[in-house]
Amino acid sequence: MIKVQGLTKSFRRQPVLRGVDLEVPTGSIAVVIGRSGGGKTVLLRHLIGLLRPDAGSILVEGVDITRLTGHEIDGIRRRYGVVFQGGALFDSLTCAANVAFPLREKLRLGRAEVRRRVRDGLAAVGLEEIGAKYPAEVSGGMRKRVAIARALVTEPEIVFFDEPTTGLDPVLVHTIHNLIRDLHRRHRFTAIMVSHEIPEIFTVADSVAMLHEGRIIEAGPPAVIQSSANPVVRRFIHGEIEPGTDPQSH
Amino acid sequence: MNDTPLAWPLRPFEALGRATITGLESLGRFGAFLGEALLILFTPPLKVGALLRRVQFIGFRSLIIILLTGAFTGMVLALQLYLTLTRFGSEAFLGPALAISIIRELGPVLSALMVTGRAGSALTAEIGIMRITEQIDALTVMALNPMRYLVAPSILAGVLTFPLITAIFDAMGLLGGHVIAVELLGLSSGTYFGEIKTFVDMSDIMTGFWKSLCFGVIVTWVSTYKGFYVGHGAEGVARATTQAVVLASVLILVWDYFMGSVLPF
Repeated sequence: MIKVQGLTKSFRRQPVLRGVDLEVPTGSIAVVIGRSGGGKTVLLRHLIGLLRPDAGSILVEGVDITRLTGHEIDGIRRRYGVVFQGGALFDSLTCAANVAFPLREKLRLGRAEVRRRVRDGLAAVGLEEIGAKYPAEVSGGMRKRVAIARALVTEPEIVFFDEPTTGLDPVLVHTIHNLIRDLHRRHRFTAIMVSHEIPEIFTVADSVAMLHEGRIIEAGPPAVIQSSANPVVRRFIHGEIEPGTDPQSH
Repeated sequence: MNDTPLAWPLRPFEALGRATITGLESLGRFGAFLGEALLILFTPPLKVGALLRRVQFIGFRSLIIILLTGAFTGMVLALQLYLTLTRFGSEAFLGPALAISIIRELGPVLSALMVTGRAGSALTAEIGIMRITEQIDALTVMALNPMRYLVAPSILAGVLTFPLITAIFDAMGLLGGHVIAVELLGLSSGTYFGEIKTFVDMSDIMTGFWKSLCFGVIVTWVSTYKGFYVGHGAEGVARATTQAVVLASVLILVWDYFMGSVLPF
């Protein structure tokens, strides 16, 4: 169980998170939706320990990671897999070497085991043939899939996805979501995904939370969110323009 | 924290105080960055692959520019010194005058400045791009210390390669000076090298060696620091790269003066 309680964060006196509360049961996929610039990525960076909150707590299986020192938090991070928005693949390494990197450096596995796991990892995302290529030599969609393979190759208990389908065409968006669903079915990891792929995301998520103006304003199963009576949630999921924000009206 | 704005006559003092605190914080972070990198260097495991790549990048790939600048520095220095020394009738001492200038001063300083321009700027840009594309964050969330993979090997590579690069610069400078002195100005080769052997001693060589060692740390420290704490986007990387070159160059010259005044003559 991951439990976020009263998380607040400001940058240069500008509040971004104003008391976020969120619960993610073990083994489920939770998706945080919300408008661009609404603090979704900031929330995710707190969850993976890259940012420290001004107040509040993040409990991962009962351990408050906001109180851990840098060395202690590494113990929690060993259970994590993270897919960054741009993939964050090491551009000096081939795709296969990227997938092998956490196996060699984090788990310190032997050469044969690394080779086997890399082959299986790339096969799981349908990219066995591009292992020898560098990230710059493959398409954006392939890069995202290699990033997913790298995040999952260590068989983490908790996986974070930061907008894993941003900038991809609708077919690829569908492919990546299917892939995440499929890998989740096989590995049963707990997943927290930040996304604004509406309505596609409702087919992937076990639960959805809407982050608006630094707070979770509604959370629940996809069906509940889709039939929400909250006007902000309704406007967001139906892509309606908020009153007073239509640039055409000025 | 009290957010009430101060009365306008007090605002310059507030700005000065804020700038001082920011400056001191940056200085502390700059020092702590080197401290952490040195600590990592003395705690295994050493990332040998990363170290070898950095040695190749900083040292081997700087060779051509070092060979060229070394040779031409020796050549131009020979011309200038000959002009001066003939006025005193001491042109026989062209060899040692040139050798001492290059070995003690110009070799370490100019080769460090050249490597700063070639490898230091690239190091900042590379680490800066890794930062803005979240590659450094990726290392962190894998529970791996990016300092161990990116910074410590660069600083060790600087320590290992700078003295060698400086030695190559010195040798090329002496050869360049020899070409001008012997082939163009008519000095005998025996006089040129013989006087060098008489007047250049071990303390001159050690002065150049210690300087190059320090410059190796300065260049890699500044370059990796500026890349590690880069601003946002392409503009941030461009600014960091410029700052790294300027800061490293200034520190090289300041530290050169400091060492020149402390080390034995």
